[in-house]
Amino acid sequence: MPAARRTFPFVTPPEVETGRTAEVPITIVGAGPVGLSAALDLAARGQRVLLLDRDDVVSDGSRAICIAKRTLEISDRLGIGERLLEKGVKWNVGRVFFRDQEVYHFNLLPVDAQKFPAFVNIQQYYWEEYLIDRIADEPLIDLRWKNEVTGVEQDENGVTLSVETPAGGYRVRAEWVIAADGAHSPMRAMLGLDFQGRIFEDHFLIADVRFKHEHPDERWFWFDPPFNPGQSALMHKQPDDVWRLDFQLGWNIDREEAVKPENVTPLVRGMLGPDVEFEYEWISIYTFQCRRLERFLHDRVIFAGDAAHLVSPFGARGANSGVQDIDNLGWKLDLVMRGAAPRDLLESYDHERVQAADENILNSTRATDFITPKTPVSRAWRDAVLELARTHEAIRPFINSGRLSTPKIYEDSPIETPDAPGEFTPDMKPGSPALDAPVRLADGSDGWLLEQLGERFQALVFVSGTAMAEGMAKALAATGEEKAAIEPLFVLPAGISPSGLEAHAVVDRDGLVAERYQGRAGTVYLLRPDQHVAARMRHFEPAALRRARDRAMGRG
Amino acid sequence: MMNALRLEARLSDHDRLYDAFIRMHDGLSEAESQKASAKLVLLLANHIGEPEVILEAIERVRADMGDGSD
Repeated sequence: MPAARRTFPFVTPPEVETGRTAEVPITIVGAGPVGLSAALDLAARGQRVLLLDRDDVVSDGSRAICIAKRTLEISDRLGIGERLLEKGVKWNVGRVFFRDQEVYHFNLLPVDAQKFPAFVNIQQYYWEEYLIDRIADEPLIDLRWKNEVTGVEQDENGVTLSVETPAGGYRVRAEWVIAADGAHSPMRAMLGLDFQGRIFEDHFLIADVRFKHEHPDERWFWFDPPFNPGQSALMHKQPDDVWRLDFQLGWNIDREEAVKPENVTPLVRGMLGPDVEFEYEWISIYTFQCRRLERFLHDRVIFAGDAAHLVSPFGARGANSGVQDIDNLGWKLDLVMRGAAPRDLLESYDHERVQAADENILNSTRATDFITPKTPVSRAWRDAVLELARTHEAIRPFINSGRLSTPKIYEDSPIETPDAPGEFTPDMKPGSPALDAPVRLADGSDGWLLEQLGERFQALVFVSGTAMAEGMAKALAATGEEKAAIEPLFVLPAGISPSGLEAHAVVDRDGLVAERYQGRAGTVYLLRPDQHVAARMRHFEPAALRRARDRAMGRG
Repeated sequence: MMNALRLEARLSDHDRLYDAFIRMHDGLSEAESQKASAKLVLLLANHIGEPEVILEAIERVRADMGDGSD
């Protein structure tokens, strides 16, 4: 029935035989999308990583399924963005049904002219496989399957892990440990950490089914459908003619009975129609919680992804926010380990990603409350919205079938430099992720702005011509600092050739970079290595850029 | 000139409002909840201050409810 999941060989770690302690700068626990992405991110910065997973197989079933634009952009930096885009199903239209009628449909209308769409759908196992394939080419990453962490101790200088394998145990000594070991995080349990928030008393059934019926690539959501009365249901397309179907089941059910195909089939038939031929790829049942750790930073153990925060699935905010944790953490940890930034910089990871987790928890809690009303009065209000929305467009924004994941714009971050009053509108303010736009490269080929950004501090500088850029490049080079140089990326207006310019430059061929960044000659954005805006100003001043860079590095 | 009920989208922050609508009923019995909703309508009606607008809204709701057999 299910497609074969790729498994990976267990190799006896040398330390099991020698009895020595494995010494590595960074150990990551958990090889899901978050741990795998973390390993690639840190290796790209030149860090050696040990990645431990207690299993030896990729995820079963669709699981995370919806990958958001920001996660695709990060994955592109890690080398798998285009593979995800090529394999994944693109969708823009969502339809919402109430009982047996369509209430309305929406179009995600992704911002035109960006490399990646708002979402692609893909089974989590493909996502993991692509990351694992990349890791195979990365000599700095030592990925060990069937290596289970069973003990954690830490002191001022590092963390000691006890690891069990089928061939015996050994110990690991690391300067830093990233705990990306998932919703049930054994690391969290071993450190005795509290996990605060709400647990929802509800079950959802997932059926991944394969069928070859003509059906548009759209997200369909039902409130109280005839085939699952009083509950909700969701249908999503995946690659390989696999459809992800979710059915709300309620709280008082027999879980073992509920996943038996004879009990699932009536629901599937009700949704797809009586004559559709299908086969099951995966059936599972889940409950959900909206909870997080109070802090993500526990001395030298850093939590990321589901191990740090859990959300209900509505809005695709789980794995997406986990990868965005990694995007935020990687450069900071790298700079701290190189001695370029103070350890305090990591506090900004806690600040920014706790804030992101709270936004995700708020959105997914509200969606859950709308989708699964728990009292007669909340059901009456919910149904009132759905009924009235059929004929009253203005009421439709109250319908909440999940607010789809968008990247966090960090607020009041200790490492951002606020705008000077009146210089910019709030769009793209400090804390925002850089927005993509089409550009022409120095060699005349077409590319994307975001492909030119990331992994280092960069000044995106709008100039009127090459002479202006030459002077600025010299001024910036004079501020040189090896470990955290600010590299300029000049944006030239359409029609001006960057030929002869030694500095890195792009041509704003459609004027969209200037439009999206409110750019005019002299405008400069300082971008962090994770492509978030650290500061922006209307006048190019190397000293001001340096101050903003120092602030972005936690130098106070 | 008499104003008509405005039907174009005018609100922002729908999720926060919806959450507040629901929380307004926390801990209330069903009868109390109905009273709470009525009080909300009364305050908003006063704020709108135009009887014809409110009457038009009432007509629309009544039409949307159908014949009540739902």
